[in-house]
Order: sequence, then C-alpha cells, then structure tokens
Amino acid sequence: MADTHAPGLQHHFDSYEQQQEASFFGMWVFLATEVLFFGGLFCVYLIYRTANPVAFAAGSRELDILLGGINTAVLIGSSLTMALAVHAAQVGKHKMIAIWMALTGILGGTFLGIKAVEYSHKIHEGHFPGPHFVWHGPEVNVEMFFNIYFMMTGLHALHMIIGMGIMLVLIPLAWKGRFTPDSHNYIEGFGLYWHFVDIVWIFLFPLLYLLGVTSHV
Amino acid sequence: MSEHVTSITTYLVIFFALLVLTGVTVGVAYVDLGPLNDVVAMAIAVFKASLVVLFFMHVKNSRRMTKITVVSSLFWLLILFGLTLSDYWTRGFLG
Repeated sequence: MADTHAPGLQHHFDSYEQQQEASFFGMWVFLATEVLFFGGLFCVYLIYRTANPVAFAAGSRELDILLGGINTAVLIGSSLTMALAVHAAQVGKHKMIAIWMALTGILGGTFLGIKAVEYSHKIHEGHFPGPHFVWHGPEVNVEMFFNIYFMMTGLHALHMIIGMGIMLVLIPLAWKGRFTPDSHNYIEGFGLYWHFVDIVWIFLFPLLYLLGVTSHV
Repeated sequence: MSEHVTSITTYLVIFFALLVLTGVTVGVAYVDLGPLNDVVAMAIAVFKASLVVLFFMHVKNSRRMTKITVVSSLFWLLILFGLTLSDYWTRGFLG
C-alpha cells in the first residue's frame, strides 16, 4: 500500500485537505505580490493626478464611458462564469467545468476585442504617448494621463491574455475528467487569479473613465 | 473534505449586485458632488471588490490562514501608499 495513493493526491501531502490548503496559500501569496505590482501603478496614478488635475480630467473625457462600462459588465459576467466553473468542480460535474471556463474565455475575448477597438481609436486620434502624440487643447501634460492609461490597462490586458492561455490548457484537462471534487486546485486557483484581474478593472474603470465627467478644473 | 460549497443562488445575487453597483457608479459620476465624487466612486469600488473577494473568491468561508494572507497584502499596500505619498504630498510644506 505504501506505493499507492489516492488519485490526484501528490505523495508529499498527507491529505487532500492539506494539499488544498497549501495550494490556496501559495496562490494568495502570489496575489499579494500582484496587489503590490498593480499598487505601484495606482500610486503613480495618484501622484501624477494630484500634480496634474486639469490634464487628467481632460484626458479622461477622451475615453468612451459606454465602451468602458460594457467592458466592466462583460468582465463581471466572466467572473460569474468562472465562479460557476469552480462550483462545477466542487460538485464533480467535470464537463460543466470545461463549458463554464470556455464561456469565461469567450467573455474575456470580448473584453479584449472591445479594448482593442478603444486602443485603435486612441492611437488613430494621436493619443498614444510618444513622438507622435497630438493634443490640441490648452491643457498641458495630458500625455502623462495617456501614459498611465495605456500602462495600466495594458498590464491589465496582459494579465487577461495570460489567463486565457492558462485556460486553453485547463479546459481540455477538465473535459477529460482530470479534476474531481477532492482534487481541483488548478481550477480553483486559476479562479482566484481571474477574479483578481476583475478586481483590478473594478478600480481602473472609475479612476480612468469617470474622473472627468463633472470636473470643473 | 471540508470545503465549503457556495450556492449558485449566492453567485447570481453577487453578480447582479455588482452590475447594479456598476450602474450606480456611472450614474453618480454625472452628479456634481465636487471632491466627493472621487470618494463615492472609490467607496463603491471598494465595496464591489469586497463582494468579489468574500464570495467569488470564497474568503468569507476560508481558513484563517487565507484571511491573514489577504489582510496582510492590504497592509503592505498601505505601507506602499503611506510611505510614497507622505513624501510626494508633503514636499510643498517647507516652501
């Protein structure tokens, strides 16, 4: 019996529960580093915005609130489908894990598609920072707003692209029944990552899109 | 296995709450509250993030170890913001 162990339980763990505890702890420590990774950019945003309130309000008014709002709803929807994928894993419906994750991927793709439309508008209008940046208004330093806009939304989009890559690996495994109610840490850990990316957007949307609506400065 | 399974109803309620709050945050942005606009927008965002963390990410029913990790990540974030802004936001104080 010493050489056999339960399916999905790695030999260095005593029990599924211990394995899961270690897995979630590791994932949350990684997310703590992600909080600080994005936190640095939010800090930069705060410093430059308080130094250039007029420019930030003017830059923000260039963004499309409708597209940003739709994307917020799309991302919240993808968090729901991801939560339902984890639920399917917990109750042992392995094909439903794959289906809910595929839906999550489709919603993630929709988000990135809308983001690409927004980016191309901004680039077309000359709002991409660099030597070809164009601003006709009287405000100065608007380029800094767009620097931060592209940096923060770009890093966020990169996280989504990485997440969708991981999904491409997990979906076939889930479909083949690799994950059981006792052993589905990859699904649940990935879910934590996906929800974290959603949370980053929950803060980015008001800070980037909505700040200039009523601003008089 | 002692893992707590959140019900689908809970997920749906949280989902609709997040959608409604997104609508509220857009609506409030069009009401001129002066500097309070930012405060309200951030309060709603923090509330939305808390719903995601507690229910979608299962922290409400997680082990104490997970809760400590979540809280300590926010504590480190506070240090990052506190030390950086206590420099940048006070540079004018000495003329």
